[in-house]
Amino acid sequence: MLPKKNVMLGLVFTVVPLFHAGSTVMAADAPAPATVAAPAPTPAMDPAKMRERGQILALSCSGCHGTDGKSSSIMPSIYGKTTGYIESALLDFKSGARMSTVMGRHAKGYTPEEIHLIAEYFGNLSKKKN
Amino acid sequence: MSISRRDFNKLLVSGVAGSAFGLFGMSGNTFAAGGSKKHVVVVGGGFGGAATAKYLRKLDPSISVTLIEQKLSYITCPFSNWVLGGLKTMKDITHTYTALRTKHGVNVIADRVVSIDAAKGTLKLAGGRVIGYDRLVVSPGIDFKYDAIPGYSQKIAESKIPHAWQAGPQTVLLHRQLQTMKNGGAVLICPPDNPFRCPPGPYERASLVAHYLKKHKPKSKVIILDAKEKFSKQGLFTKGWERLYPGMIEWHSSTGGGKVLGVDAKAMTVETDFGAIKGAVINIIPPQKAGKIAFDAGLTNEKGWCPVHPASFESTLHKGVHVIGDACIAGAMPKSGFAASSQGKVAAAAIINMLRGQEPAPPSLVNTCYSLIGPEYGISVAGVYEFAATGIIEIPGSGGLTPADASDDQLAQEAMFAEGWYTNISKDIWG
Repeated sequence: MLPKKNVMLGLVFTVVPLFHAGSTVMAADAPAPATVAAPAPTPAMDPAKMRERGQILALSCSGCHGTDGKSSSIMPSIYGKTTGYIESALLDFKSGARMSTVMGRHAKGYTPEEIHLIAEYFGNLSKKKN
Repeated sequence: MSISRRDFNKLLVSGVAGSAFGLFGMSGNTFAAGGSKKHVVVVGGGFGGAATAKYLRKLDPSISVTLIEQKLSYITCPFSNWVLGGLKTMKDITHTYTALRTKHGVNVIADRVVSIDAAKGTLKLAGGRVIGYDRLVVSPGIDFKYDAIPGYSQKIAESKIPHAWQAGPQTVLLHRQLQTMKNGGAVLICPPDNPFRCPPGPYERASLVAHYLKKHKPKSKVIILDAKEKFSKQGLFTKGWERLYPGMIEWHSSTGGGKVLGVDAKAMTVETDFGAIKGAVINIIPPQKAGKIAFDAGLTNEKGWCPVHPASFESTLHKGVHVIGDACIAGAMPKSGFAASSQGKVAAAAIINMLRGQEPAPPSLVNTCYSLIGPEYGISVAGVYEFAATGIIEIPGSGGLTPADASDDQLAQEAMFAEGWYTNISKDIWG
């Protein structure tokens, strides 16, 4: 558990890239504890938190499938596919209904709820930019 | 006592952090108020550091990001074995920081960090500049314990017996030695004990060196003198070697004569329990530790690696400083470029939350490593990881290796995917 640092707001400089040569900028932040608090179940899932979770999960995909799921190689693009398509593909990889080399091994690492969040993230991303 | 993902999902439901910014809507930035802009400095422009810098900017463009890397371009260890095998060129594995600068607005400074003052939140560059930060990410990669092997040194590595475990001039040196050695000589590859960078790497190297030798110097062979009793993807590699390079690759376990007692650079021999072995080319991969700046900044433990909080990769030794990649202790995750980039993305997301006074979001991490045994013979290992009370664990039932009974078609597909993997991960990080 990390103790909280003093917040020294007055000392925060505006730091613009390329313009802080020679300057000393004091750090001023309040790190939150890096451990995660005990969960307290409540009925409704905060949509913003769901999106955040979806994003964290989806960031894993870009390593192989490209940033935002846009592939520049033989790897299939995820970008441009619908939520429903991505969700059913991942569920089929997970169950083994769809053959794969490596995707089955990945998909088994996620719950159906997480798969839904990943699919929704990419589905929304494609909708937003089209 | 472990916190399962289901608990995490409940956590999400509970909305612990109060006002929840998604990482989507970047408007309403409270930190921009008063003209202040949060500044994150990233030290090291490899898989971990460059990914962190890019994703910090991508996920929150209001944050100012400085990346400090002394090299003007980065040459990847992944695929450097393909260069040795004659399948890729050095140019193919070299990446610049141009896109990070121009596309993503990262301030890239070509310099070396000489000291970090975590209490003040500043660091000093070799050029003399002092730079302040709100949060610091250190992704220093590895350094070598040259003195662990009698007769070996950095000087010998740079002249006669390369490690080639940091890609660049070392790769070029080893490649040239392979090209100029005589048909009939032995190539000795000496991998270290765990933990070390890229666990399957030495065995992919043996494979692709054998691929080159089979084509150009068929009387030669590869002898692996291992500090271990077993190694990553062992069954798959052994099967591949029998199929593609019968009789060409010998592997000796530590107790089976593989333990390296010393090296004689003049005689070009490696001393083992079973006597001296002569090599036409010798490749010593020494035991490793975190990169130098991690030691200088007091971020390492007694074993020479950096302990971190698994949810945020913040150092347990210095607050405000995150350590990612090969240098950090990441539980079940291997020391790989892919793992480093995954950790970089998680650290970026955690830092954004922490700068907003929120808890770091529960992380989800991944690793995917391909190894090439031959041009049409690829294998892989995958892993999905989560944070538990005990640290970073692999999710039970997920991940694992290419199946032992994979068909030739599957192996050929994996070889193609290996290449696609490299293209995409390089672009995801430096593009």
